[in-house]
Amino acid sequence: MHKTPLLDQLESGPWPSFVKDLKRVAARKPQTADLLGVLERSYKDKITHWKHGGIVGVLGYGSGIIGRYTDLPDEFPGVEHFHTIRVNHPSAWMYTTKALRELCDIWDEHGSSVLNMHGSTGDIIFLGTRTEELEPCFAKLTAKGWDLGGSGSAFRSPSCCVGPARCEWAMYDTLEACYELTQEFQFDLHRPSYPYKYKLKLSGCPNDCVAAVARADCSVIGVWKDDIRIDQSAVQAYAGGELKPRGGATKWDKLDIQKDVVELCPTQCMSWDGKTLKINNRECNHCMHCINLMPQALRPGTERGAAFLLGSHAPILEGAQMSWVIVPFFEMEKPFDYLKELMTNIAEWWSEHGKNRERVGELILRLGMRSLLEAIGVEPAPQQVRIPRANPFFFWHQSDFDAEAKGRRYDTRQGFVR
Amino acid sequence: MALPKEELVEYIYKMVEAAAGKKQLKAKDIEKAVLKEHPDQNKNDIKFAIKELIDGGRCVYTYFGGSFIEIPRVEGAAKH
Repeated sequence: MHKTPLLDQLESGPWPSFVKDLKRVAARKPQTADLLGVLERSYKDKITHWKHGGIVGVLGYGSGIIGRYTDLPDEFPGVEHFHTIRVNHPSAWMYTTKALRELCDIWDEHGSSVLNMHGSTGDIIFLGTRTEELEPCFAKLTAKGWDLGGSGSAFRSPSCCVGPARCEWAMYDTLEACYELTQEFQFDLHRPSYPYKYKLKLSGCPNDCVAAVARADCSVIGVWKDDIRIDQSAVQAYAGGELKPRGGATKWDKLDIQKDVVELCPTQCMSWDGKTLKINNRECNHCMHCINLMPQALRPGTERGAAFLLGSHAPILEGAQMSWVIVPFFEMEKPFDYLKELMTNIAEWWSEHGKNRERVGELILRLGMRSLLEAIGVEPAPQQVRIPRANPFFFWHQSDFDAEAKGRRYDTRQGFVR
Repeated sequence: MALPKEELVEYIYKMVEAAAGKKQLKAKDIEKAVLKEHPDQNKNDIKFAIKELIDGGRCVYTYFGGSFIEIPRVEGAAKH
């Protein structure tokens, strides 16, 4: 075992440490011991000792394996090759314990035993194996029904929220949609043919639990079209404290309908006279704030579908950008033909005009929304606002939390109001 | 005139071979080059011709800041 005085400091904090875990694995896997050694060396030298990319892969696939070599193979022979394998995850990351054991057994046999649940796209990431172990590992995975995920300039593994499996707000079957789209775009997932990465995330409702609007080139977010359904007696029960806000998940026992719901509505589309809650649904932007606070009193409408957004990415020079509404509402019924066609048309336009390493959102900024809409045959609509939430870097200060602790409330239009 | 399948595969292979060491070709670069010479060629045929080259091991996907199609070789880092 290498001496790792700098890494050892990371074990001293109050939180679980990856160093402790790696040391445990290193006791039976020499390559993991060398992994700790090379990391310690990088901390000391303040440079990386890894090379990324190259030609490694499994036969027939251009995605799923990320080549890693160290530039210190003589000193750390265990990590001479340390390739990463991306395994496509099941919809909403629902595994059986049997499936998890299968994965761990395969990785114990063919790799470093170190894995990451999950990567930012959602895949299971197997960290570290030699080139000659890639094909046998892939064969074992496919024999058990697993497939590799996306990497490189390809369609990345789609991911979704738990949707109707566990959530009452799901406006469509996210799990089915994720599976269907994964199957539909298999070719593009395994054979990179795009200018750059292309990510898809599916959220069942505007709460957007997988953060699709910020993290995916293509975001499909469940939404309703008609009016929010109101149970006025339940609203009064919330006002009287008989029902707890957010199902008891807040520190407040009783809801102040005027201050907590009406005044915090971002479009100010609600009114409360002490007895009746009224909503001007034409002004509602479906933020879910009121519904989340009073789930037994308010429910989304019954005409349900999804909004399609496009273009979030985080380039270093321009800064992070959110997705842009392209189709405000469409029906999300199996076999999701409209969505498949839309995504295919967008990919076609982007592949035709995009420069190397230019994300689809950057291409829209360069050529304009008009060019995209013409190419994919979508009519312009008022909802196609460019940046729904303009600043993804809103920093809160300690004084804000202190003010809130003293009872002051934040109003989206006036700031702190009392 | 559109090329028959076997000729298309060879045409693409020669294109990748000629570019080796000079230019890294993306799948779309190959498609555009084929369509320039053979405008009536079906795009799907080009996709599957590339697939055949990859599946047969005559070409490989590489990643150097982007994904490319190249002739197999042993890269420097793997020689250690």
